[in-house]
Amino acid sequence: MMRSETFRKLFVYAGAILIVVWSGGPFIWQFLTSLQQDAALTAETPSFWPSPLTFEHYYNVFFVKQFQYYILNSIIVAGLTTLLCLVVGALAAFSLSRLEVKNRFGILGLILSVSMFPQIAIVGPLYLIASNLGLLDTYLGLIITYLALGLPLVTWVLFGYFETLPREIDEAARMDGVGPIGLLVRIILPMSLPSLVTTGLLAFIAAWNEFMFALAFTSTIDHQTIPVGIANFTNLYYQPWGDISAASVVVTVPLVALVLIFQRHIIEGLTQGAVKE
Amino acid sequence: MNTRSISPAAGPLTGAGLWPASWTPILLLVPVFVALATVSVYPIINGFWLSFTNTSLALQQSDFVGFENYVSMWGDPLFWNAWYHTVYFTLVSTLLETILGLGMALLLYEPFTGRSIVRAAMLVPWAMPTVVTSKMFGWLFDGQHGLINYLLRSVGLISENVNWYGSVDNALGTIIFADVWKTAPFMALLILAGLQTVPKSLIEAAHMDGTNAWQTFWHIRLPLLLPTMLIAGLFRALDAFRVFDLVYVLTGGGPGDSTEVLSTLSYKTMFSTLQFGYGSALSTAMFITEALLALGFGFFIVRQMRRQG
Repeated sequence: MMRSETFRKLFVYAGAILIVVWSGGPFIWQFLTSLQQDAALTAETPSFWPSPLTFEHYYNVFFVKQFQYYILNSIIVAGLTTLLCLVVGALAAFSLSRLEVKNRFGILGLILSVSMFPQIAIVGPLYLIASNLGLLDTYLGLIITYLALGLPLVTWVLFGYFETLPREIDEAARMDGVGPIGLLVRIILPMSLPSLVTTGLLAFIAAWNEFMFALAFTSTIDHQTIPVGIANFTNLYYQPWGDISAASVVVTVPLVALVLIFQRHIIEGLTQGAVKE
Repeated sequence: MNTRSISPAAGPLTGAGLWPASWTPILLLVPVFVALATVSVYPIINGFWLSFTNTSLALQQSDFVGFENYVSMWGDPLFWNAWYHTVYFTLVSTLLETILGLGMALLLYEPFTGRSIVRAAMLVPWAMPTVVTSKMFGWLFDGQHGLINYLLRSVGLISENVNWYGSVDNALGTIIFADVWKTAPFMALLILAGLQTVPKSLIEAAHMDGTNAWQTFWHIRLPLLLPTMLIAGLFRALDAFRVFDLVYVLTGGGPGDSTEVLSTLSYKTMFSTLQFGYGSALSTAMFITEALLALGFGFFIVRQMRRQG
């Protein structure tokens, strides 16, 4: 009995290490690559420890490829998208959860079903609309698009959270003469801070990572976002793997840091919708 | 308590009296509907309409042509090639991710020190931009200096470098591998959440009866997990079906047309050759296939759940 217990422990730990190496390994290799000279990268045997250590790829990323502009564009687009998603999503979720709305689950289903469409089906028509309205290669064109793409998830997760808040507070608020808007702004939202942070983070990551619409709608470094910038690193004949790795590290590390800080909330937020019925 | 003095549902504070109180619920829903209508519903209808036209930005034309696009699509080997790759990619990657995710979830269900670190590590692939994932795998699987070739040579599994995504035979497999890496951990989290809802007492009772770990898994955990796995699988399959970034960045649909999927084909038709009419027909066909896939899968899930009672 004792023996099988030790064996089981050993098995579990081996599996755990395997998972960590599998998930983290490729990125660690990307990080090590970003610190090596091009000569080392094309050598017969790859060196795992960067020697000599070099920061030239990071220099290239910022001073040759002007990567800071892509980062700024991404921060503006993803940041404003997140803010708008939270405002619009919270209003809708509050209305569906707390006010008298007929067939609320029908409406929720409708909102969710919109997110099921393959995005390729809307990129062409949206491009033509944006072109007619002069929204191509603007922040606004991307933000409006990402807002609509993010809303179904934000509305669903916030609705789920609002539903867990006790109804008694609504009664209490009404006794105090507070209207629905007051109830939302002064009571429900402050109580929902953890959920707002998670939902906001999900919307932010989605907008930060989106590629297809950004590729189609933007054409200059003034408004292109990070994924487009990285995709365009390659020229036809040569892949600058060192520079690509450095750029990957620059855009992934902040994201990974955020995810690790909020991991518990993220896991809850993500699994809530999928598992609860 | 004088309840009469309290107005029902909405008080006079509502919207500072700018609108009747009964409008409030609807007004709060207006922004979400406007956003979804203009950016999702209208473009879909518009795309459907475009698929019946010969709209081309290059030729500056836009005339109604009926089913012409659909007829030429039916006879277009490029379309069927992409259709086949998309379905193949969806089935294989969803299947692998579900199995691997299940394995990871079962492991993470066991209590051990450092479990939260492993869970956190699993979120890294998920959080990474897909474009970065594509480039990362581009470097890992590079035909000349890639680490994978080096490692496989070192342990003697291959004798010379393999051209992974640069050869017609291996490219789609490499893309599937990258997708499995990125998404299996996420499937694991979903399945783990389902696993936690399996009553512990059932497992303990089974242990009392002397069933071994495998029997417990096969007869108790798996059947109880099945609904979660099927739903997670459905969501995953719908997502895999629209794969774009990985293919577009890693291989661009090549070499040849060996990794072309419906998303990349429609995208290129619209944005490289500027044929919006034909491109819209392609994406509409994709939409229809995806809807059928979702319906079929949904039907299957409902039947499975009924059978379980």
